[in-house]
Amino acid sequence: MSNIEERVKKIIIEQLGVKEEEVKPEASFENDLGADSLDTVELVMALEEEFETEIPDEEAEKIKTVQAAIDYVKAHSQE
Amino acid sequence: MFDLTGQVALVTGASRGIGRAIAEQLAAAGATVIGTATSDKGATAISDYLGERGCGMALNVTDSEAVSGLIKQVESDYQKIDILVNNAGITQDNLLMRMKDDEWQSVIDTNLTAIFRLCKAVMRGMMKRRHGRIINISSVVGTTGNPGQTNYCAAKAGLVGFSKSLAKEIAARGVTVNCVAPGFIDTDMTKALTEDQKSAIFANIPATRLGEPEEVAAAVVFLASKGAAYITGETIHVNGGMAMI
Repeated sequence: MSNIEERVKKIIIEQLGVKEEEVKPEASFENDLGADSLDTVELVMALEEEFETEIPDEEAEKIKTVQAAIDYVKAHSQE
Repeated sequence: MFDLTGQVALVTGASRGIGRAIAEQLAAAGATVIGTATSDKGATAISDYLGERGCGMALNVTDSEAVSGLIKQVESDYQKIDILVNNAGITQDNLLMRMKDDEWQSVIDTNLTAIFRLCKAVMRGMMKRRHGRIINISSVVGTTGNPGQTNYCAAKAGLVGFSKSLAKEIAARGVTVNCVAPGFIDTDMTKALTEDQKSAIFANIPATRLGEPEEVAAAVVFLASKGAAYITGETIHVNGGMAMI
């Protein structure tokens, strides 16, 4: 598992208060992990800070699953 | 319960009138206050009366980039914004039949759209810290209506609906959003009234006088305080009894 994947999953676990085994790639934040829309906004804020990037609103709206978050960070991270 | 020591407050339209009274009372309660005015001269005047307790900054609230720039600067200079008071407002009165598009638009831009931008800009920090107070200055005429002020009343009523919706969105994050709705207050806005107009107004005010800016500011300080943590989406009317809602 790449470093980015682990860091993204760690943030999801912290922000949404879910268990590690629940954070599967296909898991949807709102449907599977019990997040409401505001939790998702805060999750994106936390990702922005961890990876020192700015995620535009129209991109943020597409980040609905664990895999989508990992893919976005991988594609846009400076590292 | 009402002490604001260690808190940082941003007050728009703070060079005179109600905004100035709000800035002064927040500072008196212990907060560090940043007051905005449209001109550099106004900003200097704010710095002068606040002294050690804060400073004035120039801001055109309808300039989206200027708003986000100012919020970033304040958050970098003072680390945070705990209290946002959206007080800046204008009037462009005219009968609807005579109202120009720009008279409508400028009042909506300054009195309503600017509040959307300012709230959005402070939201991130407040949500992260799980603490924030947003107080929007509405007006009694937003509830009662007033001939010649369709634009102003629409914006002021709009603020109430806006505040209730935002209050519901972020209540779980420890951020409250409320309105204070002044009646007729003794400021430059009401000094333009003639004696005849004033006596006509007093006939409808059980308190038989204009309100003082300090009497509006006191309600704002209360809503900004720890004591008001469980009040959100509410409007406090400060109008000497002219409308009991």
